Formats: sequence, C-alpha cells, structure tokens
Amino acid sequence: MFGLGILSGLLIVPLCGAAFILTLNGEAKAVARNARWAALATTLVTFLLSLVAWNRFDATSPSFQLVESHAWLTDTIRFKLGVDGFSIPLILLTTFLMPFCIGASWNAIETRVKEYFVAFLVLETTMIGVFQALDLVLFYLFFEAGLIPMFLIIGIWGGKRRIYASFKFFLYTLLGSVLMLLAIMAMYWQAGTTDIPTLLQTRFPAQMQTWLWLAFFASFAVKMPMWPVHTWLPDAHVEAPTAGSVILAGILLKMGGYGFIRVSLPMLPDASHAFAPLVFALSIVAIIFTSLTAMMQTDIKKLIAYSSVAHMGFVTLGLFTLNEQGIQGALFLMISHGIVSGALFLGVGVVYDRMHTREIAAYGGLVKRMPLYAVAMMVFTMANVGLPGTSGFVGEFLAMMGAFKANPTVAFFSVFGIILSAGYALWLYARVIYGKLEKPDLQGILDLDTREKLILAPLVVLTIYYGVHPAPILDVFAPSTEALMTGIKAALSNTQTAAAALPLAR
Amino acid sequence: MPTVQTVLPSLTPLLPELVLAVGVMVLILYGSFRGERSVEGVNVGALLLLLLALFLVMSQPAGTKVTTLSGAFVQDAFSKVMKSLVLLGSAATILLSRDYFQRAKIDRFEFPILIVLCTIGMMVMVSANDLIALYLGLELQSLAAYVIAAFHRDDLKSTEAGLKYFVLGALSSGMLLYGASLIYGFTGTVSFPGIVSALHEDAGFGIVLGIVFVAAGVSFKMSAVPFHMWTPDVYEGSPTPVTAFFASAPKMAAVAMTVRVFIGALPDVTAIWQQIFVFVAIASMTLGSFAAIGQRNIKRLLAYSSIGNIGYALIGLAAGSEEGIRGVVIYMIIYLAMTLGAFAILLSMRRRNEMFETIEDLSGLSRTHPWLAFCLAMMMFSLAGVPPLAGFFGKFYVFAAAIKAGLVTLAVIGVVTSVVGAYYYLRVVKIMYFDEAKAPYEAMAPGLRIVLFLSSVVVILFWLLPAPLVGAAGAAAKSLF
Repeated sequence: MFGLGILSGLLIVPLCGAAFILTLNGEAKAVARNARWAALATTLVTFLLSLVAWNRFDATSPSFQLVESHAWLTDTIRFKLGVDGFSIPLILLTTFLMPFCIGASWNAIETRVKEYFVAFLVLETTMIGVFQALDLVLFYLFFEAGLIPMFLIIGIWGGKRRIYASFKFFLYTLLGSVLMLLAIMAMYWQAGTTDIPTLLQTRFPAQMQTWLWLAFFASFAVKMPMWPVHTWLPDAHVEAPTAGSVILAGILLKMGGYGFIRVSLPMLPDASHAFAPLVFALSIVAIIFTSLTAMMQTDIKKLIAYSSVAHMGFVTLGLFTLNEQGIQGALFLMISHGIVSGALFLGVGVVYDRMHTREIAAYGGLVKRMPLYAVAMMVFTMANVGLPGTSGFVGEFLAMMGAFKANPTVAFFSVFGIILSAGYALWLYARVIYGKLEKPDLQGILDLDTREKLILAPLVVLTIYYGVHPAPILDVFAPSTEALMTGIKAALSNTQTAAAALPLAR
Repeated sequence: MPTVQTVLPSLTPLLPELVLAVGVMVLILYGSFRGERSVEGVNVGALLLLLLALFLVMSQPAGTKVTTLSGAFVQDAFSKVMKSLVLLGSAATILLSRDYFQRAKIDRFEFPILIVLCTIGMMVMVSANDLIALYLGLELQSLAAYVIAAFHRDDLKSTEAGLKYFVLGALSSGMLLYGASLIYGFTGTVSFPGIVSALHEDAGFGIVLGIVFVAAGVSFKMSAVPFHMWTPDVYEGSPTPVTAFFASAPKMAAVAMTVRVFIGALPDVTAIWQQIFVFVAIASMTLGSFAAIGQRNIKRLLAYSSIGNIGYALIGLAAGSEEGIRGVVIYMIIYLAMTLGAFAILLSMRRRNEMFETIEDLSGLSRTHPWLAFCLAMMMFSLAGVPPLAGFFGKFYVFAAAIKAGLVTLAVIGVVTSVVGAYYYLRVVKIMYFDEAKAPYEAMAPGLRIVLFLSSVVVILFWLLPAPLVGAAGAAAKSLF
C-alpha cells in the first residue's frame, strides 16, 4: 500500500494508535477507559503484524529481508528498513512486551492517562525503528528519538525523585550518543553513504577504526549500560512507573547490545579485536561489582536494576569473545533477559500496586497469602539466577563457553557472577516471599487477579519453554552469526597478513 | 549612441525590492493622510506586500546567476532562499505583533512600515555583490531596527534597548566600514568578484586587518561571541514582537551577508578567516549554552539560545565548503521555524492584559494548554537537537561539514555544548510537564495561531519529507561556488 511494506507498517500502526488516542475527548473517565483499550488494541495489532513479518522471514538466510527503501535526505542517506537474524527477534520481543506494559499500567496510571499511552505508543515506534533501520542516520534518529517519550514517562508518572532521574537519564544517554553521531558522519565521508549493507562491505583504515569504535562505544556503553557509566540506570528504574521499567530493562538496554552487533563488530572488526580486553575487563567488573552492589540494596527495583547491569556484563562479554558460542549466547541472553527482567519488574509492580512501597523490609511471608504470585516469582527468580531449565541458563552458559574459548581467565571470573546472582536473587526471594507473615498491613493482601494472571502466565510459560527448547531463537541467530564470523575472520586475517608484509611495522 | 537599455540597468532581478519600496511609499502616504484610523489597513497592506514580494522571490529563476546595477546586486539561488526566509520572518512578525500592540496601546501604523523598510534593507544585504551595496543594505536595516527596538517609547526598558542597540550597532557598523575600507585600499576594488581576483594566498597584513574588522562587524550583527553583549538586554527590553523580529529575519540577513562576504569575496584566503570563525563558533556555543542555564526570563533565555545557535550555524561557515554553506542554510531555515514558534507561544502567555515572561510562568502548562505545551516542548527538544525534530537535521548538516573539513575538535566541542544546552531546554519542558499547574492563559490571537501552526509543522514533520528543503539549501550553496 502506497509503496510501503510491512516494516513501515510496524512503525505506522503505533503512531496511528497514538494519533487516535490524542483525538479522544470528553469526560475524563471515559477518555481514560477508551485510551486504555485503544492502546491495548494497537499494541496487539502491532504484535500480530510483527508475527506476519516473522512468518515471511526466511530464517535460513543471513541477508537483509523485507527491505524497503524510500527517498529521504539525499540519494545516499535513505529511509531504508530491513531485518535480519539479529534484528527480528528483538522486534518480536518489543512488540510482545508492549501489550504487557499496557496491561501493567491499566489501573496503576490514574493521572493524564491519555498522554501516558500516547507516549508509550510513540516509544514503541522508535524502538521498533532502531531495530529495523538499515541506514545509520535513521538508526541514530530512532535511537535518540526514544529519549523524548521515556523522559516524559519517567518525569511525569515516576516516583519521588523522578525529575532527577529523568534528567540524568536524558543527559547521560544524549552525551554518549552525540559522539556516535560524529562517528556516523565520519563514516559517511569515508564511504560516501550511511547505508548499513554497504558499510558492512566497507573496510575502514585501522587508525580510523579505533576512533570510530571509541565513539560508538561511548554511546552503546552508556545505553547498555556498562560499568562505570551505568549509574543512570538504577535511578531511572527506581523512579519509572512499572511499565517504564519493563521497557527500560526489556528493550532499551538491548539497543546497546544491538548496536555492538550491528555496527561495532562487523564494521570495525580490527578495533573490536583490539579493544576486546578492555570490554572483558569492564564486563568482569560489571558482573562482580554490580552483583555485590545488588546484594546490599534495600529497594526491590534497585536490586533488579543492578542485576540487569550484571547480566548486561555477560552480554558484552559474550559479544566480544568474537566466537560463535559467545555471540549466540549474548544474543540469546538479550532476549531471555528481556523477558525475565521485564517479568520481574511486572512482578514487583503487582505488590507495589497493593502496598505502594518497594522496600524489601516492608514485605515478608507473601507466600501465605499469595501462592500463585510466589510461584510466578519463583520461576522468574530462578531464570534470573540462570538455573538450568530456564531461559537464563542457556544464554549465560553459551556466553561463558565462548569466553572460556577466548580467554579462560575471563571465564573464571565471570563464573562469580552466577554465584553472586544466586546470592542476591534468592536472598531477595527469601526476604519477600518466605518468612512469617507478621506485618499488619500485609495481612489482607490479595493474590493475583485475572488481569495479573493474564499478564504473568505467558511470561512464565515462555521462560521455561525457551529454557528447555532454545532452538527456535538460536536457529534464527545462527545464519547471521555465521556470516558475521566469516566477515570478522576474513578482516582479521587480512590485517595480520598486511602486518606481516610490513616487517618494519612489527 | 547608447540605447535606453545600456543606460538603464536591468531591473527584473530587483523586482521584489522595487515592489516593496514602492508599496511602502504608498503605505506611508496612506498612513499619514488617514492617521491613526489607518493602522488596520497599513498592517494588512504591509502583510500583503511582503507576501507578494515572497511570491516574486519564489518565482525568480533559480538556476542562473544574474547581476545588475553594474554588478553591485546579484540574484541567485542563495539569495532566493535567504530572501524567502527574511520575508517569512517579517511577515510572521506582523502577524505576531497585531494583538500585542493593540493591547499595549501602542498600535501605530509606523510599525509595519518600519518592518517593510527593514526588510528591503535585509534583502539588499542578502543580494549585495559589493561592499557599498552591502553597507547600504545594512544601514537601511539597522536604522529601521533601532527605531522599532524603542517602539514602546513610554517604556523605560524599551527606550533603553533602542539606545543600546543604536550605540553598539553604530559602533559595529563603523568597524565593518573600516574593515571594508582597508580591503578596498589593499585590493583597489569594492566588488566581490574584483576582490577575488585581486587577492591571493599570501595576502598582506592590511588585508588581514581588514578581514578581522569586517568579521568583528558581522559578528556584532549576528550577535556572535565576543560581540554579543547587546543581545540579552535588547531582547529583554524590546516589545516581545520586536524581539521575535530581531531573533528571526535580521539574523537570516546577517548570516547571509556574512556568507556573501566571506565565501563570495574572500574564498582564496580561507586560511585567514577560518580560524576567526572557529573561535567565534566555539565561544558562541559555549557561552550560549552555559549562560542560559541561569536565566529566568524566557526572552533572555532565547537571547542566549540564539547566541548559541549562531555558533552552530557558524560551524558550517568555518568549514568553508559547499557542504558547510548548505548546512548553514538548512540551519537557518530550521532556526527560523523554531524561533518564531517559541515566540508565538511566549506572546500568548497573557492573563487579563498582563504579559508573563518568566520560566516559572510556564508551570504546568501541559495541564492548562496541552497543545501549546506540546508545541513548545517540541520546539525545545528541537533546539536541543534531539531527533527526529528539525533541529537535529540542522545540527547534522553543519557537524557533517565540519567533520569533512577536518574540524573534528570543533565538532566535538559543538556536540558537547549541545548536551549542556539540552539541560536548560529540558528544564523548560520539566516546568511545563512535571510541575503543578497555574491559572490558564487567555485564548491565542489568530495571528499567533497561524505562526505557531506553520512553525510546528516544520519542526515536527521535517523528518518525514526533508528532501525539498535540503534540496533548496543544496542549490543555494552550490550557486556560491
């Protein structure tokens, strides 16, 4: 239709939903109710549309598919969309999580309901756009545009320190990203285009790669977030409303990882190889240090936020092992963490909506009154720990295997992450769910209602399903990973031959 | 025997200016005969005149470069784009001013006439192809501007602003004139093409001095650091529609004039002036972003914001390339939309004949006026350079040109200051969206609505269809090289 394909559709549908909600008028209660249903319908339609895209996607091919290219800034900077094995699982993750976010906000958001859902739908468009963009300028556009709705979501509907958190979130990520913008321009003048498939074939001079890599790293490391630039995340998580935290942990953090796999690794292989030790070191520090920090938290959301930073450490570790297992593991962990951390935040939202506190000390013995809730949280906690049989295990195991192949010392230290994660996650579970139910205001707490069951049940099923049967996701990643590996190996061996040919340079 | 044609220069390229000049004479006569009753008519007449001139400018051929008046006046794709911006800025000012002046009881017919006169001056500046035409245009523009700065003559702040603007503006004109005379003295010609052929790489000290003085003069007119001191005071003191005017049309003309002089007349001595503009750009961006943080008054905030924005635009000039000038033109197009939109909102902050102009008065605007708050938030995000809003593309093109020209340090400083600047733009959004609401303002006047609507469309939807404006800017830049 109008020369637009299904990928444009995925961008347009949420915007249409947002536009429709904006036009709602009349009595406040009716507007709120209609806005909720309209938002839910929009996200469901988007999800269905992404399933159609998934259906048309040929998972055995590493090439970009469903490609559309529209005239945009110039002939060399086009509005180009397309998906490959790296991006389509992330698109599905995004469209899949959105209805849950809408569901989680059903009763929790009481003020400015209309604006809230508009912000969320616009955010969905930008997130899908990041994963679909096949042009670096377009990629940057969506990458940054998401800041606006997220800034408003944290700032308007957030907790007590929302203003501090929203400013920190915005300025931190903006500062990282502007350097990436300069790198994109440098690539443009070097290669004559910002078309991603063309850039994947372009070899940048080694000296230039170093600078480009650092500029991209500044952006992706903040977004990821990697230690030591992770400090915006706990603040943003704690202050954001439940659905905002789900999106932050589930999708926005994955943009950093996606950036590494889309830009840094394939386009700048020499620099990635050279900087791998730096990434390993930062990842190890992130895994151990933030796990220890997580253990000492008194706020449930903050604890999960720090655990996210630790898990993202595994992702960067896996990506920069530059071998198949490591990269596949990192990618799988991104998907798994998207589901699990999203689910954990939804779980926290359930009790927060009842008690309006996130203090661990305010809870205890919930299993007596909320058995179903205890079961759901148990599954998510175990997945967070990385227990075999849950989706968390597969990714971490593969990432560590890759790390072992690349550098056994790094693998040795990363194992502490698993032990420590068991420490903080189980301890959290014990303090909140087990124990005596003696707090007076907990006596009357109710178990999950139908809406909450509908939200948590699919996530429980998926967490276990992908734990025992990870093949559907890994198979999609495989061809693209293979192609990436071939490219990197060719590039690195080229560089080595070139270095060998220059005896003075050695 | 010379024919009529050889005696009389071709006037077709001058048509828009002539139409404005003749039209404004008619309006003056009409105004002086009918007195105070003519205000409505003169306003409408001036607006139509500006729109007619805009139409004439738009319908000029873009591909060719035509000079007339013995080469003193040039019409090309660059003049076409920049004149359109100037005319749009002036027309918007008339729309913005009506309601304000009526309520302030200073509703006089001289205002639209002065705006049109000022516009003629600006158009001559844009099209000037020698130093004398440039100075003529500049003075016509400046004299009209001094008068309208003090238009609220019973208001202490407004008269102070007018006087300050006059004294400092005259000083800067003097510097420009002195620099021009040095360039004339050392090259023996005032015409830009003549200067190009007379100059070569190793220009003497006199030329360097001349260039420095000219650069100082144009920096004054653009309000670039270190010649920016008048800007916050004049912006704050002048009646708000006049501030909107100063921030829009004359900025376009001043930047166009700078580009004309340095790209048109001094392209072979880029090495001399590039460092000047690198310094001016860095200083403007830095001061613009840091000094704005402490401001409470929105007009002062926008003054510092305009200083910073000129810094970004000058990055493109410092690059000295065709891409750079394309970036400058795109930046100015977008800057015009953002500025006019912001001022339209500022002018609608009125409750029972009292105007509000501090940031705190915006508190909770998203509750009382959701659309107004939305538009202003978009303007602010755009000024901060956040995609997908138009401001991002302006920055994109100037930074891309700087990277290509190898000015990486300048680009890095630019993006870092833009993050600092984002802080104060975000603060405006925070006050509108996160703080408690105050009493609502009165409904917007129709003129303000039109300006706000058009500028919001440009700012918000630019990313969907950027090709026409980018193409026009590309053609404009190409015509200079």
